[in-house]
Amino acid sequence: MNIRSALVPVLAVALAIAVGAVIIALSGSSPVDAYRALIEGSLSDPKSIGRTLEKATPLVMGGLAVAFAFKAGLFNIGGQGQLVVGAIIAGAVGYGISDLPWIIHAPLALLVGALAGAAWGAIPGVLKATRGAHEVITTIMLNFVALNLTDWLASKVWREPGVIVRTPRIEPSAEIPRWGEIPTGFFLAVVAALACWYLLRGTTFGFEIQSVGLNADAARYAGISVRRIFVTTMAISGMLAGLGGAIETNGIVGRYEPGFNAGLGFEGITIALLARTHPLGVIPAAILIGAMQAGGSMMQFKADVQPEITKIIQALILVFVATPIIVRWLLNKREADELSVSSTWGS
Amino acid sequence: MGLVMADDAKHRNVLAAIVYRLRWWLVTGALLVAFTLWTGEFHQAQTTAILASTLRHSTPLVLGALCGMLGERSGVINIGIEGQMLMSAWGGFMVASATGDLLIGVLAGVAVGMLMGAVLAGISVGLRGDQIIAGTVLNIAAIGITSFFFTQGRTLPSGKLRPIRLGPLADLPVAGRVLFSNKPITYLTLLLVPVVWFGLFRTTWGLRTRAVGEHPSAAETVGISVVGMRYLNLILGGGIAGLAGAYLSLEAVGSFERGMTNGKGFVALAVMIFGRWNPIGAWGAALLFGYASAVQTQFQFRDWLTSDPQFVGMIPFVVTIVVLAGFVGRARPPASIGQPYSRE
Repeated sequence: MNIRSALVPVLAVALAIAVGAVIIALSGSSPVDAYRALIEGSLSDPKSIGRTLEKATPLVMGGLAVAFAFKAGLFNIGGQGQLVVGAIIAGAVGYGISDLPWIIHAPLALLVGALAGAAWGAIPGVLKATRGAHEVITTIMLNFVALNLTDWLASKVWREPGVIVRTPRIEPSAEIPRWGEIPTGFFLAVVAALACWYLLRGTTFGFEIQSVGLNADAARYAGISVRRIFVTTMAISGMLAGLGGAIETNGIVGRYEPGFNAGLGFEGITIALLARTHPLGVIPAAILIGAMQAGGSMMQFKADVQPEITKIIQALILVFVATPIIVRWLLNKREADELSVSSTWGS
Repeated sequence: MGLVMADDAKHRNVLAAIVYRLRWWLVTGALLVAFTLWTGEFHQAQTTAILASTLRHSTPLVLGALCGMLGERSGVINIGIEGQMLMSAWGGFMVASATGDLLIGVLAGVAVGMLMGAVLAGISVGLRGDQIIAGTVLNIAAIGITSFFFTQGRTLPSGKLRPIRLGPLADLPVAGRVLFSNKPITYLTLLLVPVVWFGLFRTTWGLRTRAVGEHPSAAETVGISVVGMRYLNLILGGGIAGLAGAYLSLEAVGSFERGMTNGKGFVALAVMIFGRWNPIGAWGAALLFGYASAVQTQFQFRDWLTSDPQFVGMIPFVVTIVVLAGFVGRARPPASIGQPYSRE
């Protein structure tokens, strides 16, 4: 990734913020006040930076899950389901086992959560490899199944006694500590991004994944088992999302509550696209979206601008990232490197 | 004599081939009929209720699927159906609430859908951006815009759309209530399925659409405008998704709620692939899904799993996965799908 192509997202963000300012002004508020409040709520002091990274952590994982699957030409819309499955299982391990030292309990909870996500993600992979079932359908359907399943687990099996439907608070030994204001889980997410990047760039397995993504028929002809790649890629993608859910439960919220991370899985699509499916690009993309989420309430409080404006800005960013013509014009480049994730829809 | 017999045999073979081709649909259909009769304890009222509910659940899904189909048949993936439906539900409701006229509301919903289709076309065809990103843009923008510009407490002064009884047909047992005393958008949907099928497979427009979707450069060499066809189809499809949105806010619920599409646009996408990019197939898939949703009430009636409603809630999704993986298998989309077209 050279400097010029890194410029594309930066320009896209700047343009989107400018258009967003016009919309805020048109709706009768001051864009300067709104953006000042947004920054105040997300980046002004250690506490708000901590909040931004807190929001960004599951977004990094959700974005990685989508970006990783894209590399094999798979479109994983099921990040949401894999995430909630990982989140509740990690929460159950976190509260259900006591008398374990921290050094074992916390990693164990994360590991089990990640594996649960991997298992959930592997189902569409297996169905595609053996039955040719389109992963877009199966991952969407499994999202709804996971939603009902975790709802049932939280309200019947692992419910905390009382009126609120949620699991009991995890044991202190399962908590992922904070480093000052910064949740340590964020560093785990960064490590996961680095691992994905290395796996894709530096290993034979990563080469096989990318070969399948570029041309499954050619990969098959070259002796790569496309079916194995489908299953393993989906499992890893699910594992990333599941780990994101586990970090959210054991590092930030402290328990599983139905609906607390609604939509996180879908944000992953936005982040992966914003990062142009590059594993390391996912990190700044997630921080950007995380900052918008963290500062949104401050913007509503101080400038009386609805936090949903950040959604409109996100959509605008994507438009500018996605359209090579605008970027080409901005950079005055003859051939902008174009982003394509749609090419493998039919395989 | 021999000729007649040969002809007869040929007819039998054609019939057998059709039956064989549709075997899984027939088996599924027979099972569903048996199940419906059995869970309803052979009461006419229960059977009628479950069938009517099937139709209601399937309406927005088949409309969404038709929208996706028009795009994909001409070579453009549309994962923004969810956003198109949400924006139209909102637009239709706001206009109907302001004017007090439901018809104008429905038309506004369709217009908003067409506008969304035009935006999708503008990004993915006009500016040659990535189609999946373009669809995601619609989804995010719809959530943002509908929440940012939504004012609480609005209502429909005239209530929601009301059923129209089709004269004496509506008095028929079972079929009368299921088919002939529906609300307007449901009728329109039942009409649109064969119309879109006829359009796609029996008209010049359909032939051109499919040509553009399968082999755009070949289509261009015989004088078909690839860009023009894609714009046209995405805008038409957007209008159909707009109808689905209007169905949700003006016919089914009678108000607008944030995020009220609740994944229906994505399920419609699944229904489209399930139905193999064919309107009749998608209608079948939507009915199957609608049936699996409707059957939940039957479970309550029989007092099954009432203490664990989550498992009943899973049924439609699990049924879709099982049928897809078990019976349908691989589906082949139009060949040029996903690729931005440029003439050079």
